[in-house]
Amino acid sequence: MTTTLRLNEPIPGSRIIAVGGSRGENLVPNDDIVGPINSSDEWITQRTGIKTRARADEGTTILDLAARAAEDALARSGVSAADLDAVIVATVTHFEQTPALATLLTERLGATPAAAFDISAACAGYCYGIAQADALVRAGTAEHVLVVGVERMSDFIDPTDRTISFLLGDGAGAAVVGRSDTPKIGPTVWGSDGSLAGAIYQTRPWLDYRREELGEPAPERAELAEEVSQMVSPTLRQQGPTVFKWVITNIPKLARRTIEAAGLTPQDIDVFVPHQANMRITDQLLKTMGLRDDVVVGRDIADTGNTSAASIPLATERLLREGAAKSGDVALQIGFGAGMAFAGQVVILP
Amino acid sequence: MAHSESEILEGLAEIVNEETGLPTDAVTADKSFTDDLDIDSLTMMTVVSVAEEKFGVTIPDEDVKNLTTVGDAVSFIAQAQA
Ligand SMILES: CC(C)(COP(=O)(O)OP(=O)(O)OC[C@H]1O[C@@H](n2cnc3c(N)ncnc32)[C@H](O)[C@@H]1OP(=O)(O)O)[C@@H](O)C(=O)NCCC(=O)NCCS
Repeated sequence: MTTTLRLNEPIPGSRIIAVGGSRGENLVPNDDIVGPINSSDEWITQRTGIKTRARADEGTTILDLAARAAEDALARSGVSAADLDAVIVATVTHFEQTPALATLLTERLGATPAAAFDISAACAGYCYGIAQADALVRAGTAEHVLVVGVERMSDFIDPTDRTISFLLGDGAGAAVVGRSDTPKIGPTVWGSDGSLAGAIYQTRPWLDYRREELGEPAPERAELAEEVSQMVSPTLRQQGPTVFKWVITNIPKLARRTIEAAGLTPQDIDVFVPHQANMRITDQLLKTMGLRDDVVVGRDIADTGNTSAASIPLATERLLREGAAKSGDVALQIGFGAGMAFAGQVVILP
Repeated sequence: MAHSESEILEGLAEIVNEETGLPTDAVTADKSFTDDLDIDSLTMMTVVSVAEEKFGVTIPDEDVKNLTTVGDAVSFIAQAQA
């Protein structure tokens, strides 16, 4: 005889109850970083639209950034930390293999014993997190889920690197997700393309350092630029033009599928919040996506820079705070980045 | 259906016009994308992406830097579709 297990009562929908954010304390202008990369304010502005990037004070940890954003979102949501059932953190800059930053955040917030885990999906991390939160809530596994995208990219950059360092900023964005009578988070459309693992990458794998410590020769890494071939801390690099082309070729299709999956058309989208990678990418996407002329667009990158997993909730938080977007608006959010992990969903703004 | 070189040139001129606003008759085979048409590497990637779709070819990223002139791109696409 087969035994049938009981499932939780399914929940008809989930919603983002509130978003919150926290940025690195210092808005660092282009002129302050161009020296070591032989660049200029004009070049960076023209290629990326970035005027300043948020960089955290030395004493501000990644946990501090995450906690500030989480507390902001919780305060706006009216949900107390003790009522969280799960905490999901998306990040690539928590430099401890274990335990997960989410467990430290859960304890800091007073949400213990909520389930807690990290997601490694780079700039798509927040949208991956929202996908998890939506599924957990609708399956009845959790009633309230906190999703935080947080990065302290300044720990992961080489100031002499011309490929990506000048784009990056520090910050955290958070969302509290809970039950809804009707779906207010649409289906997630997502994927990855690991064949492009070399397009955005860490200069050296951690195991190289361990090998060196053990007296074994660290593997030659011919692909490393000469200046990083020594055993210095690993930092981030990218092949910018390759990333640019991949995004403008693939993301418009993903956007169309995401909008369709929610039963809508591009004309129904009020607000577009792409990952804040580069303003040129955002502008190029807008040209081909068929959104309305009056669509409100997240452009937080100009001041905050590219904060990887934090950029979408930060841009959303800002549009709502400044009144450019309002509660009830239909928003398309799309993340994409290293590993060419990507994810999108249509959400109703809180 | 393979496109002739003059069709490819015409198609590229349309793409450049669409992406930069330059008149199509400014886009001739001898023009350098960077020096004459003022197309930077990101706009170039956009032109390449649209051209791949339009002509049904693949233009690998490492080959893009060798496409100095419009004529280089025309011959590359003509060969790639063969
Ligand atoms: C990084 C990025 C701004 C580089 O711009 P680019 O135009 O593609 O740069 P390229 O590498 O093609 O180099 C073009 C020229 O600019 C120069 N250059 C490159 N980096 C430079 C820098 N940081 N400052 C000044 N000049 C620079 C190059 O030397 C080259 O000069 P040349 O034509 O005289 O040889 C751009 O590729 C980009 O943002 N791509 C999108 C990637 C992205 O958003 N990633 C985020 C992670 S999701």
